[in-house]
This record gives sequence, structure tokens and C-alpha cells, in this order.
Amino acid sequence: MKPAPFRYHRARDVEGATALLAELSDEAKVIAGGQSLVAMMNFRLARPGHLVDITGLRELDHLGVGADGGLRIGALTTHHTVETAPADRLGAGFGVIRDAMRWIGHLPIRTRGTVGGSLAHADATAEWCLLALLLDAELVAHGPRGRRHIPAGEFFFGYYTTALDPDEILVEIVFPRPAPHAALTEFAERRGDFAIVSAAVDLAVDGGDIHGGRVALGGVDAMPVRVPAAEAVLADGGSFRDCAEVAASAVDPPSDGGGSADYRKHLIRNLIERACEEAMSR
Amino acid sequence: MNDTTGLGDDVQLITLDVNGTSHEVITAPRRTLVDVLRHDLGLTGTHVGCEHGICGACTVLVDGLPARACLMFAAQAEGARIATVESLADSGTGTGTGELSDLQRAFTAHHGLQCGFCTPGFLMLAQGFLAERPEATKEDIREVVAANLCRCTGYQTIVEAIDACATARRSQRAAGAEEDSCN
Amino acid sequence: MTSAKDDQLVGRSVARREDPRLLSGRGRFVDDIELPGMLHAQFVRSTVAHGTITEIDLTRVRQVPGVVAAFTAADLELGDITAQLGRPLSEFVPTAMPVLARDRVRYVGEPVAVVIARDPYLAEDGLEAAKVTYAPLPPVTREEQALAPDAPRVHAEAARNTLVDVSLFATEGIDEIFDQAPCVVNIDVRTGRQNALPLETRGAVAQWDAREDQLVLHTCTQTPHQVRTVAARCLRLDERAVRVIVPDMGGGFGLKCVVGREEIATAAAALRLGRPVKWIEDRKDALSASFLAREQHYTARAAFDADGRILGLDADVVCDMGAYSCYPFTAGIEPLMASAEMPGVYKVPAYRVRGRAITTNKAPTAPYRGVSRPSYVMAVERLMERAARELRLDPVELRRRNVITDFPYTGVNNITYDPGSYLESLNLCERALREAGWYERQASARAEGRHIGIGYSCFSERTGYGSAAFAQRKMEVVPGFDLAEVRMDTSGAVTATTGTISHGQSHETTMAQIVADALHLDIPKVKLHQGDTDRITYGWGTFASRSIAIGGSAVRLAAGKLGEKLRAIAAAEWDIPPEDTELDRGRVRRRDDPDVALSYEYLADIAYLKSHLLPKDIDPGLTATAVFDVHNDGTFSNATHGVVVELHEGTGQVEILAYFCVEDCGVAVNPQVVEGQCRGGIAQGVSGALFEQITYDDQGEPSATSFMDYKVPTAHEIPEVVIHHLETPCAFTATGAKGAGEGGTIGAPAAVLNAVNDALRPTGVELDATPITPETVHRALTPSTPEQTP
Repeated sequence: MKPAPFRYHRARDVEGATALLAELSDEAKVIAGGQSLVAMMNFRLARPGHLVDITGLRELDHLGVGADGGLRIGALTTHHTVETAPADRLGAGFGVIRDAMRWIGHLPIRTRGTVGGSLAHADATAEWCLLALLLDAELVAHGPRGRRHIPAGEFFFGYYTTALDPDEILVEIVFPRPAPHAALTEFAERRGDFAIVSAAVDLAVDGGDIHGGRVALGGVDAMPVRVPAAEAVLADGGSFRDCAEVAASAVDPPSDGGGSADYRKHLIRNLIERACEEAMSR
Repeated sequence: MNDTTGLGDDVQLITLDVNGTSHEVITAPRRTLVDVLRHDLGLTGTHVGCEHGICGACTVLVDGLPARACLMFAAQAEGARIATVESLADSGTGTGTGELSDLQRAFTAHHGLQCGFCTPGFLMLAQGFLAERPEATKEDIREVVAANLCRCTGYQTIVEAIDACATARRSQRAAGAEEDSCN
Repeated sequence: MTSAKDDQLVGRSVARREDPRLLSGRGRFVDDIELPGMLHAQFVRSTVAHGTITEIDLTRVRQVPGVVAAFTAADLELGDITAQLGRPLSEFVPTAMPVLARDRVRYVGEPVAVVIARDPYLAEDGLEAAKVTYAPLPPVTREEQALAPDAPRVHAEAARNTLVDVSLFATEGIDEIFDQAPCVVNIDVRTGRQNALPLETRGAVAQWDAREDQLVLHTCTQTPHQVRTVAARCLRLDERAVRVIVPDMGGGFGLKCVVGREEIATAAAALRLGRPVKWIEDRKDALSASFLAREQHYTARAAFDADGRILGLDADVVCDMGAYSCYPFTAGIEPLMASAEMPGVYKVPAYRVRGRAITTNKAPTAPYRGVSRPSYVMAVERLMERAARELRLDPVELRRRNVITDFPYTGVNNITYDPGSYLESLNLCERALREAGWYERQASARAEGRHIGIGYSCFSERTGYGSAAFAQRKMEVVPGFDLAEVRMDTSGAVTATTGTISHGQSHETTMAQIVADALHLDIPKVKLHQGDTDRITYGWGTFASRSIAIGGSAVRLAAGKLGEKLRAIAAAEWDIPPEDTELDRGRVRRRDDPDVALSYEYLADIAYLKSHLLPKDIDPGLTATAVFDVHNDGTFSNATHGVVVELHEGTGQVEILAYFCVEDCGVAVNPQVVEGQCRGGIAQGVSGALFEQITYDDQGEPSATSFMDYKVPTAHEIPEVVIHHLETPCAFTATGAKGAGEGGTIGAPAAVLNAVNDALRPTGVELDATPITPETVHRALTPSTPEQTP
């Protein structure tokens, strides 16, 4: 389990990185924390001819609430930085993001793995992908043609596939508004594993009443999905249980080694209800 | 300077700061940090258990935080401070181990190791974690211990060893603080 | 011992002497060995489960930069590894395992060629350039398929893919007993295929020592002398010309007690190239292409009288041994152990058993911690639980009525059990659960609709298998005895050498405790040497919980002999009979005047440097050897495990709320070490019960090649264990110790499965297979759910 040979390039700035990517085209891969990529390279399931290391771009390691009230997280920020971020930097109403970090692997993975790396890798059960979709985040990509802002809903294309061009790198993710009544939960057989199913909800609560909400699931499709039918239940004042039930009927999860479709539906019912309760109790 | 690669690939010269010493290594970019630590620098205390980041036998500290040395290329570690299990005890003499650290002694007192293969990974995991979270509860510790795999102990004594070390450090600090306030 | 020593070390939790080096990164594991000019081996492995090799083309491999050589079976011309039983062909079909596959491959991952390169990275580049073509044959992956009359054959010589078929016991009239019994219960129990999974993978470093005319093979093995035998035979060398050295070893659990093909191929490559060669197995290969374990199927029934007393046990055991018979144990190890020992702790008056080993196109198996016992204990304990339900008896009470209480007891299986604490451990375990309030908590949880279950397992474990016990299996290679040498140098320091090999079991500490007590020394004065075939004439290594019971006894006897010699030398100095002397803290003293004593250093000085002073009947030097064997049926450790689980409806997850273990391994040389063995064993048993499994699809493709798929549990899943000790000293060993290595693993699957079934009681569903996955539990809790296999 030793990786195939490649050439290593250390990027000095974002422009340089994207220029290099443009020059090397699909021979090259960006490496940041490398927590998924290096494992795949050790199995020789990934064998890029060139690695462009962007971990030196400290300007991409930042976290804070902007003047518009949105939470801006640099692509090179580690999961661990987010989970240990002081309350004043994270901003009120973004606790769901910090709390979701504990589901990502284990501490030694979170100290290296980055927000941008996770989003760009786009695993169907990745917590950051689910959060981005749930909270309507905007992903900021930089390439030779400049910068573009991609809504999370248009970012994920399928298994490990995103809207990023090969010569673009992700520089930032912006969560536009606080989500004080949101929660993410998931289930895996063993602590730290990729979830069989993950569920996240963001409830619109006013004066203790629920006026609607967003519901998203991971592990039921090639990418995280919103569940409009379940959101409609919340908007109509339905119970958490009804919301969960409708979500389970609305999706068509796969049957594979991780679990049958039937079992995944059962988990969906349970996890959405649990996420709703957690979100409400925030 | 060590030149041990013999790799046909492009090689590069990198400087690694390991346990407070600077090492220049000529290496191929594809060599992982754990392989360079073990086979280029001769620091064989860090072990290789899975090479895909799950077992944690290769856990070292990178800038003070626990990280998997099998999921980093050595080239990526340039400019970072790396600490391995060899840094924990006093360097000792040629014939023996130096004085073990409080964490290492706690592992022995609680029988937190049997074959010892996973042990360096657990030690560095605990070392990094307790430095950041000295107030950690036993449950917090169990959660972090879940990051690495051990096949011998059933984990209970590893959790107990780390918890005992954390508790002793806290009471030492409290005693120290009391002493300070008396002065 | 000739005088009581108030500071006796045996029985105390002495701090481990292994720890300082292992804690500070100064251990020396096989991959830590670097030799000048060393090359690195990796193996080209079969990508098909069953097929004929039509072509192996290594031309491009040899052109890969850094690759030094690449060899096939034809290049190396090695002898095969063949494990034999002394049984007729109707009972055992021997099969040869070539070091590298010749014309046929029988599992995905089977080694086909070895690539040698300057570096492990380059060796892996070489693997990618290999071209092997196969004419595929239909793979055999399931028991039902393997046993079918027209089944494709994995080995041409084995009809119905059956390597072992033995019917060791059949009590006359057993069918009538079942016909007339008031209560008969049936089970159909399966245990999943597991990997013993030492955290250190296998590996070897081989080098030809031209000065000694000797192959030096550093390898992680539990059986160094047996590896020497096979290496010598395959390489056609005298055994003298092979030295096997075992460095620190990162666990074994049985996987390393059989001879691996790769360690032999590595040695062959080193001889061929005249340079040191290292092979370190990677995790992918370790998971799928090494030795697996445990896949067994029990169809059994038991007859009971109306009071719940067992009248008979009737079992059919099928063990899926994979592609090859392992050396030295053969494919017979699992069915023969199950057949001989299944009645276990219970008084079973009538017994019939058929045991079979089948061969399939899966990675071969090795005896994993507990061997057949975790599976047959699960089968028997399931029968006990079913009978309790049927007879409306408390399951603990049912066991109480059946456990052996009068010792020695000779069972229907012709085995004589030495004294144990079967009833006491059962009672104590139940009391521990009651006193902790688990029965009340279960009742109140049930009232709330929660699913809490309590389960037990009660078992014994034969640990002191001497040569007599192994000979009953009719192995051609009969393990059993062990050898020890204890010597003292002129500084009074002692070196003990044993044929066993610790790899986590703490023998450097426990054997030193035994020697230190025997010689009245402090522990730092004693050093243990192990794992070097040139340092001790022979040994059987470490497996089957034998080391302290047998190896420890040999060490104890040798140390005793050395003590006698020290006394004899002192007695001669004083001109008194040796009986009038005794050992006392590093000295020999006079019994009649305890203040008069001679230090060991003084006596060693005479023994070596002033040997002219010795009487004629005492040889110079201070060295003693001893052999120990167990000549009867062996010794039996025993335990009861009690488990409380909760099943979570939302996820199907099984949470272990409490785990109690009451164990009796005779004299516990070091109680902390015994507890460590218990906890670690239980963790592995729980892993098998709830998490780990490698399955094969119809094409013989294994399901797990990484830790993403093979779910070794973490500290989050493995419960804390409360341990109580009982001590029934063993009368057959020199230390009173029985053996403690495997018990935890044996008891856990049965206890966990019983607890899950107890929790499922209101649903009426009973589970009979491990691992018990969350999805299985979910289905059991939701009976309306349609059956769906993912």
C-alpha cells in the first residue's frame, strides 16, 4: 500500500496554484489535508501525476462572521479549528456547524482534514456537504478565469463529482445566515465511520412555533439531497414524526453492503425525528 | 543528510523538524511521513498498522496536534514541528531508557499495553489531546481513544491510564497553584 | 521450594518488564530491522478465486526501475507445505499448499509470484507490471454448494470438498434417548468468517549468514521451531542451517501460529539473491490474503428430562477452512476440537457428533484465539437457553442442574476434567448481576417498552494440551511438551530460555516471577530469552494458552534444578548434606544456622572460575534444563460470562450496558496480566459477536480489504468488564497455573447472543448467527419488515 510516483508542487498563492492546475490539466490533483486523498493513493485507487499542495496558503485558513452576518470559512480551515472555534468567532446561531464536527472521523483526522477538501471530495455522506446543502451555503471557487460563487444546491453532481473545474480550487464557504434551530445527526455501526445515513434539519422557529424548515439527508443518494416533501410537512405544521415518515417514503436509498434500502428508510425515520428534536431544543 | 531512497522518482531535499532536531532528507515526494520517520530517520517507535488512516498506530504530533503519519507525505511536513514517541521519555543512556514520562508510567501502572504495537500511537494521541484539553473527563478520553485501534487490551486500561494521568496532572497543578498563592 | 519466601512474586501484579522499551519506542519489531543491502519483497496475487494459471509473464516487471528480481514457483523450485493427520483417507484428505501457486489458484489473494525491489514502493510498482492469465474455474464459496455431490472441486483429491469427516462419538441408543425425551431442542448456529487481526501484520527478514552457513530468518511467528522445520524442508536445507528469530511481535492470536507461505518465499529469495530480503505484509493483504478464521456451522439438538437435566447431545459440525490445510495443525483442528470438547462444562450422558472440514475458494484459515470453542460454546449455550424457555426454567438454574461438580470427572467424550469452579463461577456471576440491580432494571425497562436482555455463557477451556492430548487428534506433528534452560553467570544474574514466545502475554514478566521465586531472587536479576531457535533445542511456541501452564512449568523445574545445584555447591563448602541448606534471597544458607550463608556470586565464582574446588560429582557451570509435558487429558480453565445489552429500536444497535466475567485459571501468576488477557479476549469475542466479518460473493471476491469494511470496534463500542477471580490450582502443572489466553474470546459471543435473544424475547424472534448486525436486530424488532438482503 505505497502510492504510485507523482511530482509534488507547493503552491505559493492561489493564482499560482490555479495557473499550475491549468497547465497540468487533469494530470494534477490539489492536496490540502489529504485525509481522503492520501488513503486512496496508498491503495493506488487514485494516482495523480502531480500533486499541488495548497496547505501553505494561510490566507485560506480563516473563520469569522462577516458584516452581512454570514459565516465565512476559508477552505483550508481544519475541522478541528471549527470544532474548537471560540463563540465570538463562530458567531451566534452557527452552533450546528461546530457540533457536526464530532461526527467527522476522529480527532487525528480532524486536525488535518479541511473544510474545502471535504467539500471538493464530495463524499455522499460527508458532513460538510450536508451542512452546505442544508444551510444554503455558497461555495467560492477560484480559477484562471477568476472567482465564482456556486450555491451548494448546484455544487454536487454525483459520487465524488462537483461543479469545480479541474483548474479551480475552492477558497471559501459562506453560510449566509445563522441557523439557531438546526441539527445534524447520523448513524454508523462504529464510531468515526462514514454514516450509513445522516440527517440534518434547520427549523424556522418563531416564538416557540415552527413555521417550516429544511430537511437534508446523506447516504441515500450519490450526493446529499434536500427532501421537499418532508419540508412541506414542517411548513404545514406537521409533527416531527410525520416529517420523518414522509422523508422516508420520499427517497429511494440504495441497498448495499452498508445496509438495505429498507433499513436505511428506518434510519431516516429515526434520525430525522431525532434531528428535529435536537434542533428544537437548541 | 540522509540519502536512503533509492527511488527512481524525482527526489527532493526537505528539512524536517522532528523532536526538536532538524533533519535534511533527500526523498521522493511519494514517501509518506511515517516511512521517512521510520526508515530514513531511524525513528522506528512510530508504527505502521493500516496505511489508510484508521488504526492510528502511526499517530504523531504535527505542530502539537495528533495526526496520522500515514496520511501525510513527508514533503508536506516541512515547516511543521513533528513529535514522535521517542520524545516522551528522557533520552536516557545508551543502555537503557531514560526516565519515563507521567503518561508512559500511567500506561504501565494500568497495564494499558500488551504487545505494544499500537502503544506509541495511543501515547501520542493522548499527549496531544491532554495538552489541548487538560480538563478532559473520562468520557471525553474514551471518545478520543476511539480514534485508534488496539487488539490486545479491550481499551479499558488505556482509557484508565490516560484518565489517571490527566487527573494526576490536574491535582499537581492545583497543588502548585495553592503553593503559589501561599507564597 | 525449600523455604517459604514472604515476598513471593507469583500471585502479585508485578509491573511489566516489557513496558519501558515498548513505551519509549525502543521495541524491535520485524519492520524495524534494517540490514545493509536489504531488498524488499511483495507478492503478485491471484485476482480470481478459482482458476488455472495459463501464463505468468514477468518480463515487464523485471524492467520496472528498482526491481531487482521476480520469481515464480517454477523459478524457485520449492517443496510444498503439507500438513498431515494420521487418519485414513475416509477421514482426512491431505492437500499440498505450494509456497507460490503453480498451475492452479484457489482464492483471491493467493501468492503467484514474488517481486524483489530496492524499496517497498518500487516493489509495488513491479506488481502492477505483472501479467498473469487465468482460465477461470467455478468458485466454491458456500457450504451447501461445496457439499453438493456434483460440486466443482477445490482440490481434485477431495470429493465433495471434504478434507475431514470424523464421527468421534456415537453413544449407543442415542436415537431412542431423543425419541423418548420429554424435551428436545434444536439449533442451527453459524459464526461468521473473521480475521484474528494482530495489529502488526505478518512480516519477515531473511538473510544468508555465510560465516555460519545459515539462513537467519527474522519472522513474526508464534511457532519458531515449526517455521524452521518447514523452511528447512521447502528450501532443502538441514534444520541446523536455518535459524528463526522472533523479534518483538505485535500480536498473533493464532494467525501467526501457522507457517505462512510468504515467509518461506522471502527466505528463498534471499538465498537466491545472496542479499537480505524483507517482506512486510500490507493491511490490504493482511485482511484478505492471509489466514482467516471461525466460519463454522452447527446443526445440533439436545434432549432434556422434565427437570432440565441433559439426556443427550447430537451435533453436526461443518467448518469452512478455505483453500488449504494449515501447517502444522491441518484442517482437522476445528472439527476435531469441536467434536472432542463440545460437551464442555455439562454432564452429558449420551453424545453423538460428526465433524467435517470443507475446503472452499476463500483465504485459508488458522486457529484463531479460542479456535472452535467460541463457536461450539455458542451452540451449546443456545441449546441451554432454548431448553430453559421450553421447560419454563430460569436459564441459570437450568445450567446449575447440569454443570459438572464432582472432580475429576470423566465425560462421555472420554476426557477427564481436572477440578474447576464451574458451579461457583456461575453462581458468583449471577449474584454479581443481581447485586448490581440488572434484573430489576431489565424489568422496569421492559415495562417502558425498552429492550434490555441478560445473557450468560458458562464454559471451560482445555489449556494444558500436552503431547498426550494432541496425540488423540492423530496429528503427524504432535505438539505438547516444552523445554527450558536456566543459567546463572558469574555475576549471579540469571537467564531463562524458553521454547514459548510472548507477543503481548507478558512472559518476560511472568516467567521472571516464576524463576525469581524458585531461586529467591529479585526480578531484575532474571532475564527471559525466547524466540530464537539457536538458543533452545526445541519448543512448541505460544498458542492454545499453553505457555504459562507448560512453558512456565518447564522454567519452574529448570530453575528448581539450578537451585539444587547452588545448594549442592554450598553444602560441599560446608561439608553438610544439601538437605540442610536452603535458598534465601540471593544466597544459600544453613538451616541449622541461618546467619551463615554464601551468596550466589560466591557460589558462581566457584562453579565457573574455581571449579577445581568442586567435588567430583558436581559439574562446573551453573546451568539446568528441564522438560515439561502434561501426560493426561490436560487442564481446564473455566469461566462464566454475564452480559446485559440494550437493543435500540431506532437504529438496531446493540449496546452492551454491563459485562461481568468470573474466571478461574488456577494460580494467577500475575493477576493484572490475567485481567488483561480476559479483557482483551472479551473485546475480541464481542468483535466477533457484533461487528467483524469477511463475506465472499459468488465470484469468491472478499468483502473486506480495508478497515472501512472490516469493522474492528473501538473504545466506543467495547464495554468495560468487571472481573472476579476464583482460583482452583492445577494439580498437573509445576506452577498451579492453568492458562488464561483464550477464555475471554470463548465466552463472549455466546453470552452476547443469549443477551440479545433475551432482549428479543417479547418479539418471539431468536437469532442464531454472528455477527449480529444492527440491521439484523432492526429486522427482529420489526417483524413485519420484509426480508431483504443487501
